[in-house]
Amino acid sequence: MADLKRDHIAKLLTKGVRADGRKLDEQRPIKVETNYVRSAEGSARVQLGNTDVLVGVKMLVGTPFGDTPNSGVLTTNAELRPMASETFESGPPDQESIEIARVVDRGIREGHAVDMGKLCIEPGKEVWVMFVDVHALDYDGNLFDAANIGAMAALKTTIVPAKRAGKGEDYPLPIMHQPISLTTVKIGEHILVDPTHDEERVADARLTVTTIETGNICAMQKGHEGAFRLDEIFRIVDMSRKLGADVRSRI
Amino acid sequence: MGGTPTDIKLIDEKGLRVDGRRPDEMRPLRIEAGVLKRADGSAYVECGFNKILAAVYGPRECHPRHAQNPSRALVQCHYNMAAFSVDDRKRPGPDRRSQEISKITSEALTRVVFTEYFPRASIDVYIEVLQANAGTRCAGLTAASVALADAGIPMRDLVASCAAGKAADVVMVDLGKEEDNYGQADIPVGYVPRTDEIVLLQMDGDLTQEEFTKGVNMAVDGCKKVYQVQRDALKRRYQTRSLDVPVEAAQVAPQQGGA
Amino acid sequence: MQSGDSKEVTREIVIPGDLLDSSGKRPGPGTYVEGGKIFAAQLGIKSIRSDTVGVVPLAGHYMPVRGDLVIGKIVDVSSSSWLVDINAPYPAPLHVNEVPWRVEFGETRKFMSVGDVLLLNVVGVDEVMRISVSMKDHGLRKLTGGMVLEVSPSKVPRVIGKNGSMIQMLKSATNCRVYVGQNGRIWIDGELDNIIKAVSAIKLIEDEAHNVGLTEKVKKLLEEQSRKGE
Repeated sequence: MADLKRDHIAKLLTKGVRADGRKLDEQRPIKVETNYVRSAEGSARVQLGNTDVLVGVKMLVGTPFGDTPNSGVLTTNAELRPMASETFESGPPDQESIEIARVVDRGIREGHAVDMGKLCIEPGKEVWVMFVDVHALDYDGNLFDAANIGAMAALKTTIVPAKRAGKGEDYPLPIMHQPISLTTVKIGEHILVDPTHDEERVADARLTVTTIETGNICAMQKGHEGAFRLDEIFRIVDMSRKLGADVRSRI
Repeated sequence: MGGTPTDIKLIDEKGLRVDGRRPDEMRPLRIEAGVLKRADGSAYVECGFNKILAAVYGPRECHPRHAQNPSRALVQCHYNMAAFSVDDRKRPGPDRRSQEISKITSEALTRVVFTEYFPRASIDVYIEVLQANAGTRCAGLTAASVALADAGIPMRDLVASCAAGKAADVVMVDLGKEEDNYGQADIPVGYVPRTDEIVLLQMDGDLTQEEFTKGVNMAVDGCKKVYQVQRDALKRRYQTRSLDVPVEAAQVAPQQGGA
Repeated sequence: MQSGDSKEVTREIVIPGDLLDSSGKRPGPGTYVEGGKIFAAQLGIKSIRSDTVGVVPLAGHYMPVRGDLVIGKIVDVSSSSWLVDINAPYPAPLHVNEVPWRVEFGETRKFMSVGDVLLLNVVGVDEVMRISVSMKDHGLRKLTGGMVLEVSPSKVPRVIGKNGSMIQMLKSATNCRVYVGQNGRIWIDGELDNIIKAVSAIKLIEDEAHNVGLTEKVKKLLEEQSRKGE
């Protein structure tokens, strides 16, 4: 079916439409629900079309890394649960889940979403350790953006559990910037925004670009075995800035 | 199950529990069927502060192939807790507790599924605990049964699940987190209402014969209540519209009638 | 009670374990018998004929039956057969004896390869669910061009309609060639705009399959789409 599907998708693209009726630069409807699980310090369930992801933020007191003694610690993990797709297998994270986790992490870290300096409790000894856990529930493409939006929405509503740890009163996680990613795929000569599973499967190449509200780029990741031209990349960066700003205003 | 911290009263002067319930009262229960798009069947359960999602794929070819049973399908359940589902973050990945729960849940469901219709196949059930507050294995089994029916898997009946236990010397149904942590016994039960059969049973703690009898009966009564909510969820999935039966019913299900 | 094909249209949704009949009717599909009583085995709609009671399932995978027309996709090739995915719990081998050409041992790849989409007949299903398919009959062949849509197999009767009326309406309104596989796969070929029209009509059927007034809704959609095209 891959060839027939690819041909059909390509034919639709020559008319400027996609299988679900969207235009090439159109995102699917985004639904975000924050504070979804009270067991987490911050959480958000994001539905991007038929892709459904739950992101939880957990915090505990720990020791800082040797080279950043006054900074909090961030760890991002992604679980592509087999319930989300018949193509996801049980077992330890595979390359795909690790890539998603690291790209989301890069966006948060390099985009300085959280003021890590303010997460220091006792310099060199005690800092807040943040875990961002991405849990895929239903899969129809573009886990990168769903996970990123979920992570940002969760972080923005995270409350640092200082009281439970005996470190004073609870307070909101200090947010500095809002890195938002935009993922596109290239099929033939066309660039499509927010790909569905079918579109990802027949795509030649994929590019995720993460930008912050100033318009600066903080993370990029190219995937699949095809290639981009430079002019395509610049166009995608422009789209990411524009559409990223739109998403940012909604979470 | 250790000693209770002095600021938690598991039973107060009026005989009410930590959350105001009576010993025979269950937590609020909400079930939705058909909540995921990709899975063949799915269900969402909220039981008190538990939030549990179950998804079913199958029947499909059994992998690994050497695990195939030549005469029937395997019902393979995978119970998993999300890292953020508990107060102290849980490291992702299966731990021994999850493995045990997966096993007993698979066994409970195997009893009701017509596995003999699908030799060499596998019916995969995924239970994800998104938010935990005691009783997740029961809520998980409850959700899994609904997800199996939602997937169109041929079954004899649903399995309903509920636990009873003892806390502050009182036998009670549907333990909450504090009662589970500081109580004296826990009896999770999985029950098939039509045949009055117990397909999941565990017990841990300290109970006299009378306490156990009282407890297990409370659990079975609880299961019967859960069953009604399960049935309602499945009916509601399709009943929001006015229905019509197709004029020609094609044989998309095996001809079990009379077999 | 009338004899023959009388059928009571019920709106009753039944759940596995529901008692359907204890008066001695014959058990139909989607049921099981215990202690002389008939119970529902699947989530579906209760259907009663003069002497049978069954369940029309609302969900479930495709279970192949001898004689079914299906659309399959080749997932593997060996020296004397192709392995075909027909959207059933099991893949089906297509042997070299079951195709219209003479294929030498080891030459299978010259004729068809992984990814090819085929129109096939189910020739048999044995007691351990081993399925055999054939491409020998008139009209069966490899399909090229067009696209394949997947719907739940329980909706196939609605896509076909009484005596094929629904599928006929679709074909004439869209000028497309359409093959509906019992396994829920539908192949559509024609002009791109017409394919898009046919796909939206089939998606409507899938969404509204068990609701009243389906035929009118589909007719309306096809007429609207035609007007838009003018």
